[in-house]
Amino acid sequence: MRQSSNKLSISHQLKRLIEHRKITERWVTTLFFGVSLTSIITIFLIAFTLFAESIPFFEQVSFFEFLTAPEWTPLFENPKFGIMPLVAATLTTTWIAIVVATLLGVTLACFLSEFASPWLRETIKPILEILAGIPTIVYGYFALIYVTPFLQTFIKDLPGFNMLSAGLVMGLMITPYLTSLIEDALSSVGPELREGSLALGASRVETIFLVLLPQIKSSLIASLILAVSRALGETMIVTIAAGSMAALSWNPLTPGQTLTAFIAQISLGDSPHGSLSYQAMYAVGFVLFVMTLILNVISFFIRNRKV
Amino acid sequence: MSLVFLFEIEKCEVLMGIFSANKSLQDRIFLGVSVVVLIFVLGIIFALFGGLINQGLDRLNWDFMFSFPSRNPQKAGIYSAWVGSILVILVTAICSVIIGVITGLYLEEYAPKNWMTQIIELAIANMAGVPSITFGLLALSFFVIRLDFGESILTAGLTLTLLVLPIIIVATRESLRSIPLSIREAVYSLGASRYQVIRDHLLPYSLHGILTGVILAISRAIGETAPLIAIGALTFIAFLPQPPLEEQFPFVNFDWLFDNFTVLPIQMYNWISRPQEKFHVNAAATGIVLLIITTLLNLMAQIIRFYFRKKYSRQSF
Repeated sequence: MRQSSNKLSISHQLKRLIEHRKITERWVTTLFFGVSLTSIITIFLIAFTLFAESIPFFEQVSFFEFLTAPEWTPLFENPKFGIMPLVAATLTTTWIAIVVATLLGVTLACFLSEFASPWLRETIKPILEILAGIPTIVYGYFALIYVTPFLQTFIKDLPGFNMLSAGLVMGLMITPYLTSLIEDALSSVGPELREGSLALGASRVETIFLVLLPQIKSSLIASLILAVSRALGETMIVTIAAGSMAALSWNPLTPGQTLTAFIAQISLGDSPHGSLSYQAMYAVGFVLFVMTLILNVISFFIRNRKV
Repeated sequence: MSLVFLFEIEKCEVLMGIFSANKSLQDRIFLGVSVVVLIFVLGIIFALFGGLINQGLDRLNWDFMFSFPSRNPQKAGIYSAWVGSILVILVTAICSVIIGVITGLYLEEYAPKNWMTQIIELAIANMAGVPSITFGLLALSFFVIRLDFGESILTAGLTLTLLVLPIIIVATRESLRSIPLSIREAVYSLGASRYQVIRDHLLPYSLHGILTGVILAISRAIGETAPLIAIGALTFIAFLPQPPLEEQFPFVNFDWLFDNFTVLPIQMYNWISRPQEKFHVNAAATGIVLLIITTLLNLMAQIIRFYFRKKYSRQSF
């Protein structure tokens, strides 16, 4: 009699324990899911905020004028809002940075992955990682204080603020980042292809350019897109070194104001909340966000398709 | 299909022809070029560091560390800047670790493979890629104005939290993924619930990976300038925030969360953007401080990673 009641109570206790665990489990799952939504909420909030805050701007400036007009003078007496000068400066600094970073990054990645001894690779990779972690404001200082005067010794009438110096330093800043992305992709290629190619009599250089790089094509493109979106969004280097004069120019030897630099300029000044230039800041932010969003989504799907 | 294939072969042969027959020469040329590139990149960057240190080192002393910004470049210092940096990073570290680690755990251990999970992953990839200044714009309209936090330490900490969240999430996920499945199966077969598996096994084993991610995230947050400029952080702050600890009960005080602040990179930007040479020297000195902090944090992360990789490769669970 006593035994059976004991058994009953044990099974009862077990049941309660399992019930208790189920409840905990459900709560924890819900809580974790809720916290994970932070990322979606953030992206949604960014898109919504930028969109909603730039609506009043587009009530005063037509969308067509915004995209096509060749002048950007928001702080003048009679302001003009054509985003082309900002886009031109952004694209100019970006292409300079990407050319520099691609040339240096691909060469360095191939060297580290295919030629360097393990010892050298394990020495250089941490150095690159540290370089990738240096604040961009320090790179901006380099661009303004050292690189521009250095370039002025070659190019006589180079202004103190110019897009060339900003672009070059930005390329230098992106190089470690791009190198480690490409190096990771190269080292993910199995030894079969490498050995097969070498066994067929190809040199190492041929193996790299005809076998390995085509093999990692999709991650190469995804890495480049990431680098481009990084260059588009870089703020401090261009704010410090490229100046704050928005003139429509594709010439790297002139000053120029990028999309990000304009946002920084307005937030550093005292444009009151609700003024037209304050709203223009959000419109510019929205353009920047859409540009990088498209690039990021493309890069995301390229990377995931491969897997 | 076969035509395409033939074309590919032909293309390869043409390319092969362009590269000359002397294979070892090709390799040596490429090797030479890449060594030159390597030396060039490292050389330029270290030359720039050398210049920065050369210009700022004399200015870097205790007076500089414990003086407030001033109109006189000789008397100006970074006291309020480094105190502000520490407090902002404190907020960022606490919030981003909680949200980041939980998101990582959810995506690795709980999430079903469906469209919702796909969207969360896409959102995280986008958070990592969105320009940092857009986080600043979000913070300006949402934290500063909508929630009325003002241009405060709390706003800055939350903004940087969003910015570094992807770093911690990715680090947590990678660390969890490296734990062998057999451990999970063993613990489950002993009757543990999923929460118990996570609390008692997965979290302790992945701690070093998470820690590495957190350190890298902090290093990123310390140097980040653009989003804090966008929220309108003041650059001339000649006072300290209220102290977080006090002598009377309850000993902690959260008023500092709502104080105005400045941080190291903003102070540095402020000095760079002035035309006078003497302020540039101050900027260089601040740059040295930033360089030392980020380099030390990065080194720490790498040492942790190296130590644990060695440890786990030996005793393979």
